[in-house]
Amino acid sequence: MRLLSIATLAVLACVPRAGAAALNVVASTEDLADLTRQVGGDRVRVESISRGYQDPHFVEAKPSFILKLAKAELLVAVGRELEIGWLPPLIQQSRNARIQPGADGYLDASLTAKILEIPTTQITRAMGDVHPLGNPHYWLDPGNGRRVAKAILDKLSRTAPADAAYFASRYADFDKRLADAEKRWDALLAPYKGLKIVTYHRSWPNFADRFALDVIGYVEPRPGIPPSPGHTIDLIAEMKRQNVKILIVEPYFDLKTPQSIGRETGAKVLVLPPSVGGEKEITDYISLFDYDLKLLVAAIQETGAK
Amino acid sequence: MYQRVCFVPGLVLAASGVLALPAAARAAGQSPAVGTAPTVADDVGELRRELETLRQDYASRIAAIESRLLALESGRSAPIASETTPAPEPRPAPQITAAVPAGAATGGAPATLPVYGGGAASSKIFNPDISAIGNFVGAAGPSPGGGEPSLNMQEAELSFQAVVDPYARADFFVTLGPDEVALEEGYITFPALPGGLLTKIGKMRDAFGKVNGQHAHTLPFIDRPLVTTNLTGGEDGLADAGISLARLIPNPWLFLEATGQVYQGSSEVFKAPTRGDVSYVGHLRAYQDVGESTNIDLGGSIAYGHNGATEDSTTRLFGVDATLRWKPLRRSIYTHLLARGELTWSRAGASDGSFDAVGGYGYLEYQFGRRWTAGVRYDSSERAQEPGLRDEGGSFILTYKPSEFSLVRAQYRRTSFADSDSPANELLFQFLFGIGAHGAHPF
Repeated sequence: MRLLSIATLAVLACVPRAGAAALNVVASTEDLADLTRQVGGDRVRVESISRGYQDPHFVEAKPSFILKLAKAELLVAVGRELEIGWLPPLIQQSRNARIQPGADGYLDASLTAKILEIPTTQITRAMGDVHPLGNPHYWLDPGNGRRVAKAILDKLSRTAPADAAYFASRYADFDKRLADAEKRWDALLAPYKGLKIVTYHRSWPNFADRFALDVIGYVEPRPGIPPSPGHTIDLIAEMKRQNVKILIVEPYFDLKTPQSIGRETGAKVLVLPPSVGGEKEITDYISLFDYDLKLLVAAIQETGAK
Repeated sequence: MYQRVCFVPGLVLAASGVLALPAAARAAGQSPAVGTAPTVADDVGELRRELETLRQDYASRIAAIESRLLALESGRSAPIASETTPAPEPRPAPQITAAVPAGAATGGAPATLPVYGGGAASSKIFNPDISAIGNFVGAAGPSPGGGEPSLNMQEAELSFQAVVDPYARADFFVTLGPDEVALEEGYITFPALPGGLLTKIGKMRDAFGKVNGQHAHTLPFIDRPLVTTNLTGGEDGLADAGISLARLIPNPWLFLEATGQVYQGSSEVFKAPTRGDVSYVGHLRAYQDVGESTNIDLGGSIAYGHNGATEDSTTRLFGVDATLRWKPLRRSIYTHLLARGELTWSRAGASDGSFDAVGGYGYLEYQFGRRWTAGVRYDSSERAQEPGLRDEGGSFILTYKPSEFSLVRAQYRRTSFADSDSPANELLFQFLFGIGAHGAHPF
């Protein structure tokens, strides 16, 4: 018996590892996966762990993801504890020294991004699921998309120096396309500066900041806590008082409470995907904003919101 | 000491990053791409764009301040948003915050510079994640064996988890029971040793089946199944000091992981009479996604070791487990279904021969609301040392989760014990509540 187990262990230790040509990158969300693709082009093979229509706080740490991470040369994570519930056990079981936090193949995309809502006072869980390192939904500001793409460019260039010029030209191209798109988006939103909106979860501060929207309340009484009747009544009163006509809901939340709020206040309930892949049409980072802003503007015009 | 010396300049750098002018930080964030030769025209264009964004930024900020002033003057109450916000920063200047060390629980930009040289300031940063989980269990109704106490603080689990060095992390789980303190688990993990071996050394719950590896607060029911009580060591289960090696078996079809473990032989089941009589556990896990919502998880386990009944009597355990999960990704926080079954065979040697016993459970749970889950479990198990005696039972379980950090659970349990005439009808209830930072649990 003892010999048998030693033999088993020996066999376990000797199975060889397979190699790969293009750089294997795993991103925790589809947004980061697309930004990596924008810069990496065909020199990278990118996979995403979570889907764009999934609540990124509650992804399951499925063993199939361990297989993806096991062969990854680079892991791009959102950071700010967004993935705290699922990414650490996956990384730990990946048996991959390259992508452990602190190693060269681990990129926390938030490190160069503009982060909002970093708590400046003592926080407790009485405030709900507050992110102690700031709001992790920062990719919804195109400026942050550019910063993350730059961080990815730097990381890819260091990981595969031979392709650095290729990555740099891809980044420059993306930068230009994003700048053009931003002009388009700014023009689209220009008439609606300071528009008051309500959102379900606290996913949109960077989006609101960038496009000069004013989030006056949330359907969740506290981050991560499901709607309560008392809070909903207060919110309805506040929305009526401030004449709020737009209610943004992420696609993974239940529409029952938002719809009853919409009926009470006459606000339009708008399901806006916060991530690439949230709808079929949203195939990349730029089309994410195209899609969301188009729906938003249509809703504004429909409700006559100000 | 070396670490601390290194850390001080690191902090200064980080702090200066926070204090740096936002505009400068922004400019740094948009420096020309590596490998391109930016022309003057490009530079001017970029500067112009930056000026434009700055202008817009400040215009919008002034507009916000104006509207805020107006709101103040007209004596309006604060908007709802501010009630739920932990101190909303008044339109914070764009910060490029690279300064917060990942994993520092306090987070945020440091208000004042820490006091250097006073050990307290920097030592806190290296403190492990600490959590405490209370598990309060109550019971009512007749039970032949006495069963659980009426009101019981069954355990408080303390956990301490942190990275040790670039090569390892450590996890400690200490349980404080009504009358004992025990190290439930305490081990170091080397996540990336050569050869793809995930290595754990310390006191661990054995990789035997599914339920055995789970701490009480992660179980979907209040008690442990009958088969655990009868064959694999009850509440404490198979847990021992030893070494565990786990490796992925590469294949093009599915996730396959083989685990081999060697233990001292000092658990509820295995007791080594001499130093050489260590016990062994082997586990094979196969996992496959069936679409994005559904997956199948299969396992086979074997455990072998001396049981201490006589000098050379041994116990062999074989187990199989199967789990089917369904969780639609779009509705993942509202609904899921889980079906699980485990079967365990035991062959325990004693002074008068050896006894075979078999037992298992089947469990089905369905989440029907964001906070509500219902489950049903069937139990059946023979007893390890008493051949022919078989206990049987069933449970209904209802769980309500106010948040991720607490739950209330009720379980109706009916058990027919082999040596008792009338079945035990019991109602159990449980309050589970956790504080602090508790590491995520394996899937």
